[in-house]
Amino acid sequence: MEILQSTTTTWHQACTVEDIPADGGACVLIKGRQIAIFNFSRRNEWFATDNQCPHRHQMVLSRGIIGSQGQEPKVACPFHKKTFSLRDGSCLNDEHYSIATYPIEIRGGIVYVEV
Amino acid sequence: MSTSTETRVVVIGNGMVGYKFCEKLIAKEKEHFRLTVFGEESQVAYDRVHLSEYFAGKSADDLLMAPRDWYSEHGIELYTGDPVVDIDRERKQVRSHHGLVVAYDYLILATGSGAFVPPVDGVEKDGVFVYRTLEDLDLIQSYARKARKGAVIGGGLLGLEAAKALLDLGLEEAHVVEFASRLMPRQIDEAGSGILQRQLEALGLQIHLNKSTQLIQGTDHIEGLQFADGTELPVDMLIISAGIRPRDELAKIAGLETHPRGGILVNDQLQTSDPSIFAIGECALVHQMIYGLVAPGYEMAEVVASQLIGNVKSFRPFDMSTKLKLIGVDVASFGNPFAQEPDCRTITYDNKAKGVYKRINVSSDGKTLLGGILVGDAEQYNMLLQTCKNLTILPPNPEDLILGSRGGEEAGAGVMGLPDEALICSCEALTKGQLCHEISENGQTTVEALKKSTKACTGCGGCTPLVKDLIQGVMKQQGLYVRNTICEHFDYTRQEILDLIKINQLTTYNEVLNELGKGDGCETCKPLVGSVLASLWNENILQKDRAVIQDSNDRYLANIQKGGTYSVVPRIPGGEITPDKLITIGQVAKRYGLYTKITGGQRIDMFGAHVGDLPFIWEELIEAGFESGHAYGKALRTVKSCVGSTWCRFGVQDSVSFAIELEERYKGIRAPHKFKSGVSGCIRECAEAQSKDFGVIATEKGWNLYVGGNGGSKPQHAQLLAADVDKETCTRLIDRFLMFYIKTADPLTRTATWLNKLEGGMSYLKAVVVDDVLGIVADLEKEMQLLVDTYHCEWKEVVENPELRKRFSHFVNVPEQKDPTVQFDSMRNQTKARDWKTVS
Repeated sequence: MEILQSTTTTWHQACTVEDIPADGGACVLIKGRQIAIFNFSRRNEWFATDNQCPHRHQMVLSRGIIGSQGQEPKVACPFHKKTFSLRDGSCLNDEHYSIATYPIEIRGGIVYVEV
Repeated sequence: MSTSTETRVVVIGNGMVGYKFCEKLIAKEKEHFRLTVFGEESQVAYDRVHLSEYFAGKSADDLLMAPRDWYSEHGIELYTGDPVVDIDRERKQVRSHHGLVVAYDYLILATGSGAFVPPVDGVEKDGVFVYRTLEDLDLIQSYARKARKGAVIGGGLLGLEAAKALLDLGLEEAHVVEFASRLMPRQIDEAGSGILQRQLEALGLQIHLNKSTQLIQGTDHIEGLQFADGTELPVDMLIISAGIRPRDELAKIAGLETHPRGGILVNDQLQTSDPSIFAIGECALVHQMIYGLVAPGYEMAEVVASQLIGNVKSFRPFDMSTKLKLIGVDVASFGNPFAQEPDCRTITYDNKAKGVYKRINVSSDGKTLLGGILVGDAEQYNMLLQTCKNLTILPPNPEDLILGSRGGEEAGAGVMGLPDEALICSCEALTKGQLCHEISENGQTTVEALKKSTKACTGCGGCTPLVKDLIQGVMKQQGLYVRNTICEHFDYTRQEILDLIKINQLTTYNEVLNELGKGDGCETCKPLVGSVLASLWNENILQKDRAVIQDSNDRYLANIQKGGTYSVVPRIPGGEITPDKLITIGQVAKRYGLYTKITGGQRIDMFGAHVGDLPFIWEELIEAGFESGHAYGKALRTVKSCVGSTWCRFGVQDSVSFAIELEERYKGIRAPHKFKSGVSGCIRECAEAQSKDFGVIATEKGWNLYVGGNGGSKPQHAQLLAADVDKETCTRLIDRFLMFYIKTADPLTRTATWLNKLEGGMSYLKAVVVDDVLGIVADLEKEMQLLVDTYHCEWKEVVENPELRKRFSHFVNVPEQKDPTVQFDSMRNQTKARDWKTVS
């Protein structure tokens, strides 16, 4: 599935656009890594982050509710409502935590993520 | 006072206060102290307050303040069964009975007290005991085996407990002999004692007042008591509980100042006449008195421990208010219980039939509460104590404090009525006063802001609704109008948004956001709108754009648990289930490796289901006739029932059938919060209906309906809405009550909290749903009927709908693969979720 080779990361074909619900998320497995993909259709934006919430190490962020705080797009962990910026992964209500975000692109109905 | 070298501290006495001193000192500073403890008893410190529980089956180990290992683990040298016999103040060292010599920089006397034995002829006879130590109790227990009649001298707290112990040990007669003209003369007055006496007599105690014991009869062992008035009482054993005597003999030998009637003299810093020696607990005489309770003893331990690490601290007069349950009877006294007219106005309530006595002493100007006594019912103790301690200005009718308000408006029971000391967030030990200060003085007027500045709500989160109410209350007090608006995306309250969605006939989240809101929504408004849409239209919560606005539980129609697996609860209406259905649950649980547990609501919960297995699990459950139990939703959970008149010899109505009818009627209905119900077949109330959001209890003539109860973090009893009504009337009232709640409550508010906040309280609710003062009951019934008629099993729809079913997988790119990070441990032949790591 590898498309382009950069120095340390690779673009991967993750799933189809239909696999991710509008204004919601789902999880994909890429090279043994769990990545949460969010289709923020209301803003016409796509995001990819870790699926694991760093607070209690639960693989659930893709099942979280997305939304905005001011202009910042965010996702809330279903467990204890830690919310993370979908842009840079910083935690918006607890500075101790952050998650990784990944470049994402849509081409021809296919979702690609650089991991 | 601490220096670079070790400070040597010797504690004489290993009782509750001596132990507490060690605990407090090492908690403050462990490094610089070398602690040595000597105890007279061979046992390490135990809980003397609950000594009587030893007879009720607790072992000596159960009563320990801390196991013996605790001392060594904290570097404390402990010598039990080895009392100190000499203090050499010149060389600053103590010598123990076994000859051990230990030097000290500071010496703490925590020698406690012994039983006071009055000088009566014959106290040395066999069969005469005191009630003070575990050893005493062992002796009493073994002697009681051959005794038939026992007596206790002393009608105070400990004496009454000892008398009850005699009954429990199987003696045929247990007598209490009191010198004064009433029981518990230090705590309660004549009338209160009278009530208490009758209650205790009903339990089998025989009580003799105004009796001065002159002689203990018998040759070697006791045969009876002879009193000053010439009467006699034949008994085979006697416990003397006539008060305490401070253990000051060692202090006397060491030349420390003591009081002629007992007690080591100390100043406000609890220093004896030798500044390196402190005395704490019941051996110390401070402010001219011996404090015979454990709480002031602990405070003394704190005062001395603080001083040793260099803080300035003194012991201030301690509030001696007490509340206790004496052999099942509440007894409380607070402030000055005995204040008398003309220094005050006394209000009493004396109900001999119910065994309840209440007295409050109000200042002559009627403004403050000076003290009082409660016997038989001490529920108002905390509120009265706080009113008394804080010199709160009393309402115009202070009798309401003990009688409750009669007629007219009911007093609100909201958070603003609590005293400042009331603990709101128990995780972070934050009081109402501290939080109010943050809100009013530091301008932290949102929950988020308070979370950051005080950490409130960040532990278990259970206090969040109370904190929200506090913010509102404080802002209202400051004259600021507060609307409890939903979030930054909707400038409306929940009730407003519900009305607007209804008027505009909106059915999807995006319609609602486009018409009524701004921005992109969030985890607060999305589930709220989802719930309101369901309450209004009752369409499947996962269809249109609604799946992604639901909280995880609703989105996957199951309860998310540690590790990210889900639990599954099929509906078992009224708790009634056939053997075949039980077998199905067992088979399903086995097939999918699920942990099973009976819930508090008479259902069966299956834990540990992978998200991808959920539709398969439900396929099998539905096949066997099960429906969703909505354990994941803010919806009706269960209508608990007792077996009622079909089997029970006491039942007066068929409670199971009615419970099933009610559960079938209200199942699946979405509300601002979960709601629960129960139906009991008789007044014994085995279904605990009065702890439910709505509960029904059978009577000879029909059913009593209670509403607004809940268990949870702040338990509250439901209140009677209607009495002796038939099933149809009862159901109609429930329809109206629930719909009124659904339409007007704030988000995530249980019926109890809603009712507490409702202006006018229960009488207003009755006016609306029974008397129809608003003219809305016909609408309420119609709206409820729509929800009942449009019921559908959500799981059945998911199982049959491939589009919905597809969303139940962990990896969308490899749907058949389960989350490999999910791990289970085994426990008692089942699985449990692996504990989550708390360190990142």
